[in-house]
Amino acid sequence: MAWAAYLVAGWILLAGIYGIVTSRNLVHVVVCLSVAQSATYLLLLSVGFRQGATAPVFSDIRPGRRVVDPVVQAMTLTDVVVGATVTALLLALAVQVAKRRGTVDPDALRTLER
Amino acid sequence: MNAVRGLRLCLLAAGSLGFAVLFTLAVLDLPPFGGNFHPYGDRAVRASLLRGTPNTVSSVNFDQRSLDTLGEELILVASALGAVVLLRAVRREEEDEPARHHLGPADVFDALRVTGYPLLPVTVLVGVYIVAHGQLSPGGGFQGGVVLGTALHLLYLTGDYPALARIRPVPLFEVGETAAAAVFVVLALAFAGQVIASNVAVGVEVGCAFVLVLAKFFEQALLIRVPA
Repeated sequence: MAWAAYLVAGWILLAGIYGIVTSRNLVHVVVCLSVAQSATYLLLLSVGFRQGATAPVFSDIRPGRRVVDPVVQAMTLTDVVVGATVTALLLALAVQVAKRRGTVDPDALRTLER
Repeated sequence: MNAVRGLRLCLLAAGSLGFAVLFTLAVLDLPPFGGNFHPYGDRAVRASLLRGTPNTVSSVNFDQRSLDTLGEELILVASALGAVVLLRAVRREEEDEPARHHLGPADVFDALRVTGYPLLPVTVLVGVYIVAHGQLSPGGGFQGGVVLGTALHLLYLTGDYPALARIRPVPLFEVGETAAAAVFVVLALAFAGQVIASNVAVGVEVGCAFVLVLAKFFEQALLIRVPA
């Protein structure tokens, strides 16, 4: 059972991808992409977890105390913020698609002309 | 159309199955969850203490991996820029003056306004604290920048749109965004390891990016009209 946390990350990724593939609304697609992306947060943080360890900040604990892996935490941190702006970019695309084509259903978008 | 959707679902099922099998096999070969094998983490902690940065996460971001953070930072700038470019007035659309609108988020209770106005300076102060204290305690430029960028929008939630438009002149934030990005590029390439300065540059940049992107979404929702 020690690998359950890793498997949950894979399951969240698949749930997000399922949502993207079956979606009928571009805003829903963007949200599903965020769900799929959050799988990486869970995977990174589970990889860095250490039993009985605390946060890797040494301002109030003595050096030598067991801490969780700070490298993956730093990656997750930048991932969250960059993910938020990429979501904003994709939502901006959805706004313009809705205005130009009058629909947000991905299946109703066929060609690039007009 | 239904045939296309069916085919797509079949393709998804095949791909998901393949991913599930390969991912499970890969996971079974990982070091066990919660174990003691963290070679990079141990080295990062040692290096961070040696460099006198108690918050190891900040040290990893702005000292040990500052070149990688530069790449992530430029993705952030590029996507914020992309959103700003996409959300302009296009073709026949026209943009109204903010002063002509007195739009708030529906009806706001007076109690909420009274709470919201004093919370604005407090939230800004918390944001500045999180940026400025990022090398010592949990926090840093990324987290504090988000707090700063969203704090200003309390004025919209408790007040109205013209009030928000007055306290965030968009050109100023555009200059702040690009200047902070430029400063961070110089810091990451030439002076890697300046954790405090990097935190400030990233905090300003993330804050400005959030303000600009939200400003453009506000314009889309409130100001841009197709003339009849």
